[in-house]
Amino acid sequence: MSAETIQSRREWLLSDRPASRLQARLGRAYVAWRRFSANRLALVGMLIIIALVLVAALADVLAPYSATVGDLKNARLLPPSAAHWFGTDDLGRDIYSRIVYGARWTLYVVILVAIIAAPIGLLVGTVAGYAGGWTDTILMRITDIFLAFPKLVLALAFVAALGPGIENAVLAIAITSWPPYARIARAETLTVRNSDYIKAVQLMGASPFRIVLRHIMPLCISSLIIRVTLDMAGIILTAAGLGFLGLGAQPPLPEWGAMIASGRRFILDQWWVAAAPGAAILIVSLGFNLLGDGLRDALDPRSGDQ
Amino acid sequence: MTAAVAIEGLEVVFDRFRALKGVSLEVREGESYGLVGESGSGKSTLLRAITGLAPVASGTIIVNGKTLGKTRDKAFYRDVQMVFQDPYGSLHPRQTVDRLLQEPLAIHGIADGEKRIERALDEVGLGKGFRFRYAHQLSGGQRQRVAIARALILEPSILLLDEPTSALDASVQAEVLNLLEEVRRRHKLTFLMVSHDLAIITHMCERLMVMQNGEAVETLTASQLIGHRVSEDYTRNLLRASEGFVRTA
Repeated sequence: MSAETIQSRREWLLSDRPASRLQARLGRAYVAWRRFSANRLALVGMLIIIALVLVAALADVLAPYSATVGDLKNARLLPPSAAHWFGTDDLGRDIYSRIVYGARWTLYVVILVAIIAAPIGLLVGTVAGYAGGWTDTILMRITDIFLAFPKLVLALAFVAALGPGIENAVLAIAITSWPPYARIARAETLTVRNSDYIKAVQLMGASPFRIVLRHIMPLCISSLIIRVTLDMAGIILTAAGLGFLGLGAQPPLPEWGAMIASGRRFILDQWWVAAAPGAAILIVSLGFNLLGDGLRDALDPRSGDQ
Repeated sequence: MTAAVAIEGLEVVFDRFRALKGVSLEVREGESYGLVGESGSGKSTLLRAITGLAPVASGTIIVNGKTLGKTRDKAFYRDVQMVFQDPYGSLHPRQTVDRLLQEPLAIHGIADGEKRIERALDEVGLGKGFRFRYAHQLSGGQRQRVAIARALILEPSILLLDEPTSALDASVQAEVLNLLEEVRRRHKLTFLMVSHDLAIITHMCERLMVMQNGEAVETLTASQLIGHRVSEDYTRNLLRASEGFVRTA
């Protein structure tokens, strides 16, 4: 592509009189992208997350050994070497392969929690904020009750009730992480519910359902995306914590938290068993945090008129 | 002539504050009726009470022969539309003009959307180039034109105007007022217009009501106001104030 066509494409995107719905939408996305990509650290965060997704998708190709079956006879607790990049654990399994497959479980937990918790929080918050009165009081008191418990302890209680396993850990984390989203969505809703543009839609005869869904939710979504992305690190750590306590992923699943838990017995002599998954959690959490910060700059409605 | 809007003894109370204290008025069909008064006199509240945005404590509102209850149905909103004072606050910040104009059509299930949107934009003097812009890509006057297009797209018979030009500068004000005059003539609309600017009211309206502290002071015709044939002191003060600051030295 020559420089000229790139230039004309940019002009098309930034045009202040777009000729179609698509052009208006793309132009808006492009402006957000430019603001996002101006932040180097946010790009680093995004690269880490893209790498995580690629590793999870290509785990079968990238992992040289099985994640669950080890060589108990010859390969127990070997230090890092050319054959086993991150060493092996007490069951003779290659830690590098386990981390590569573990990326799948990390993504699974993060994505499931986000798509369960964020919509619940968004719905509770916007309905409470828009309806006001008794609906608001009841919904927000329920939210307060959930917020009053320490997150990990409440998740522990749920897992204890539901039984250990990664699906139940996901459910428990989702149940404990929606209240802050409800708070955010309610606060955003309260700032816009009395604005003239919402009144104007009321005067069109729109139902409250339609107003919340089509006019208020879109305004709450960007602050919610930011918050969810920043919470991803916390979700990974909670999942790892549950795994560490033996209530999350069950052996032989290569979940990073569970790997640290099993490595703690040899942490002084065979440090790599716990260190490798610990570093993986650290890097991915950092990636989500950097990405969240970048998204805040790009999407925050308070920073500029977009 | 029949009355488009007839209000009898209207009271509006916000948390024990009586914003309107038994106001009555009658707007004839096709007429342009003005409401004048200082800030806090209840003129905007009167419009909001008609649309159902302000809590009516007592009194009756009759629009096109139908007495309004506590809630308004969809048919009401096809008859009565409103243009807000602040064009910077009345357009959704995340929607294109196209989306804004489509919304009322979608709510009322009107089929020929494309044609209506194009017609509405043409009518308010905004060409196709404005259709896919966001509110922040428009000037104040353009935004108010979009707001007018949105109000007109349901083809109402009554338009409520809440200080439609007070947030605009003088030259744009004149353009928007002329536009309003033009659409009124073309669609035979009934206007109920609120303003604190006597010049605008005398220019736009045939009859007007002067309000103070939630009460009607007097009802005048535009020619009475121009000729200063008023009977209440309050109106006289208002007239004097509208002549502007006079240097006495």
